[in-house]
Amino acid sequence: MSDAWVIVLAVSVGTIAIKAAGPVVLGGRPLPDRLQGVVALLAPALLAALVATAALGSGQQLVLDARIIGLGAAALAIVLRAPTLIVVIVSAAAASIARLFAVG
Amino acid sequence: MMSEPPWIRFELRSGAVTAIPLAIAVALFGVSFGVLSVSTGGLGALPAIAMSASTFAGSAQFAAASVIASGGPPIAAIAAALLLNARYLPIGVSVARFLFGGPLRRFVQAQIVVDESWAIAASGEGRFDAHRLIGAGIVLWLAWLGGTVIGVLGGEALGDPASLGLDAAFPALFLALLVQQLASRQAVVVALLGAAIAIALVPFTPPGVPIIAAACAALIGLARR
Repeated sequence: MSDAWVIVLAVSVGTIAIKAAGPVVLGGRPLPDRLQGVVALLAPALLAALVATAALGSGQQLVLDARIIGLGAAALAIVLRAPTLIVVIVSAAAASIARLFAVG
Repeated sequence: MMSEPPWIRFELRSGAVTAIPLAIAVALFGVSFGVLSVSTGGLGALPAIAMSASTFAGSAQFAAASVIASGGPPIAAIAAALLLNARYLPIGVSVARFLFGGPLRRFVQAQIVVDESWAIAASGEGRFDAHRLIGAGIVLWLAWLGGTVIGVLGGEALGDPASLGLDAAFPALFLALLVQQLASRQAVVVALLGAAIAIALVPFTPPGVPIIAAACAALIGLARR
């Protein structure tokens, strides 16, 4: 089985189990307060790490290149409340234009 | 024995109708996932479609795709995606006592809970309407899957989409998702800390590992809220 299928299978099974845990296993019982506090903060921690590594990482190196210009353009589009696909297109276009001028 | 078939319920249809504007955004998001998946280093067409059908959690799917695209090990991609989806644990608990039927039907209803259908099903004071959840969830799932298929087909028609500046798409996507999660000052602090941990570790670990290590920033949640 290829890596892609291993990932798809593992993430699917894991996500299905996480989603089912509350309604099927726990019933309506609440999570312990402290666990709930940590779980609620996982998404911002991981998404911020993903922004940072996807914008600056290149293998095991940190690189400043056209992606950071794309990210800046994306931030502007988000502030202007553009839909996600527009944010992505703006970012890709800004990075491509920056490359035309030989930035990274 | 069912007292009333759920599909004739008014709430089911109203949930579905309410979801339509969100479904358009979700479909476009699915298109992005499909296009990126057929880029060089992506998951590939069929795994991407299978993932959208079975996982139905956009940010986790993008996280896995991003780790793979950056050359990280599969285990890091899996861990990053599942840590992101851990938020569905408390979300599942919040809707649990409003779902209906035996374990199997509750299991199926639990699967169509995503951020958007959860929000549509909320009827105030911590209450949720299961029929609105189902109506909205089905529309959103169809949009996510349909968008992914369109993105895969469109991306294949484009040739190699990565040559179009799409390496800049991942950070943009994650930033858009992150902004939606910054509801409290604590979340902002955790996000900054997570980004700092990840950047500090990039030179020393295989790609993907810095993202998982950044999860430690969430331990701030152990402190008094």
